[in-house]
Amino acid sequence: MLHRSWWKILGVALLLYAFVAGFIGPVPAKPILNETIRNLYFHVAMWFGMMIFFIVSLVYSIKYLRSGNLKHDWYAVEFANSGLLFGVLGLTTGAIWANYTWGKPWSNDIKQLGAAIAILIYFAYLVLRNSIPDLDKRARIGAVYNVFAFAMLFPTIWIIPRLVDSLHPGGMGNPAFNTKDIDSRMRLVFWPGAVPGWTLLGLWITSLRLRLKILEEKKLIS
Amino acid sequence: MNKIITLLRKDILLEIRQQYSFYGILLYVVSTIFVLYLAMGQPEGVVWNGLFWMMELFVCVNAVAKSFLQEGRGRMLYFYSIAGAVDFIVAKLLFNMAVMLVMSSVSVLLFWLLLGDPLAHMLQFVAMAVFGGTGLSLLFTFLSAIAARAQQNAALIAILGFPLIIPQLLLLMRLSNTAFSDVVQGGFYQIVLLLAGLDGLTVVLSIILFPFLWKD
Repeated sequence: MLHRSWWKILGVALLLYAFVAGFIGPVPAKPILNETIRNLYFHVAMWFGMMIFFIVSLVYSIKYLRSGNLKHDWYAVEFANSGLLFGVLGLTTGAIWANYTWGKPWSNDIKQLGAAIAILIYFAYLVLRNSIPDLDKRARIGAVYNVFAFAMLFPTIWIIPRLVDSLHPGGMGNPAFNTKDIDSRMRLVFWPGAVPGWTLLGLWITSLRLRLKILEEKKLIS
Repeated sequence: MNKIITLLRKDILLEIRQQYSFYGILLYVVSTIFVLYLAMGQPEGVVWNGLFWMMELFVCVNAVAKSFLQEGRGRMLYFYSIAGAVDFIVAKLLFNMAVMLVMSSVSVLLFWLLLGDPLAHMLQFVAMAVFGGTGLSLLFTFLSAIAARAQQNAALIAILGFPLIIPQLLLLMRLSNTAFSDVVQGGFYQIVLLLAGLDGLTVVLSIILFPFLWKD
């Protein structure tokens, strides 16, 4: 399925829709938020992408542990890379947004901390992998850490924001955004447009990197 | 079950015979707290609490790190032939829990002696320190296994472990803050349950994942 082109075209079309409707479409005028609410289509969609890629990476790590097929390990690491890219972009878009709404880009908000921790963990995953020269060992230990880290971290990321006060839209409760802030017109752009659009773009990037990686490994083996 | 006890006995015996590692960690605790005392004097509650958990973290990394790093390749192979992976990791988890239990108690005592006594509920804090310390030891035991398999040193454990432990430390600090005042805070048992759940999750994951690390 990854070799077909229809989903790439779909992804670009959805992103075009998200950009056009996101920038000129109507949004509710909320105090403080005002027009910055449009960041929802970019910033929040990044987190959806990141979570999806990290979950896919986790699934491939589990698959690798069950099968021992190195291909699964390449999938796991490339999806983790894409997740990291989305995470860094999410943190950046969030910081730019916070600069205008909270007054400064970083204010140690629990949700900023959670995102930063998640990114640190996946960088640690890459560091761990690079510290092991042996291919099979690297794949196996990396997979074990990936599963362990995901299972330890993400429950807390989903739970702690519900216990701690936060400035972030959604406040105490929803870790991502305030479902009451956005109206149906925004939902129509966000759910069918921005979230799948960005995710498909990330998938495209990942598939390209994977093809490159497989070529490299083939060259290495032969 | 028998194998776990035997492995545990072996670890304890080694500790008693070699002694240097246990006293080494103990000295590490004492000198860290002494340096903290020289630097901070007798700080107020919030600082006291923060310093305490940071020290617990570093003590835990140092105390637990050696648990797998000390086992050479040949010895691992030997254990592999006489005991299962699950027995081995359970024994290590139990042993490190015991080590951190002792270290946490000693740390609380020294903190209380040197850095003053801002606590309103001493016993409650001791209980939380022991609970938190053993929780930290569980996570770092598994990370030490990973680092040992990667043939790396304690520095890698810190890189792998610190981001993972931050959420737990945040919860522990919130929890132990309640020991400094008589004000009852909401969500106390919620946090205790959450931490206990995380500890349980660590144990289960260690048991599931360690066999994969083990085979070579």
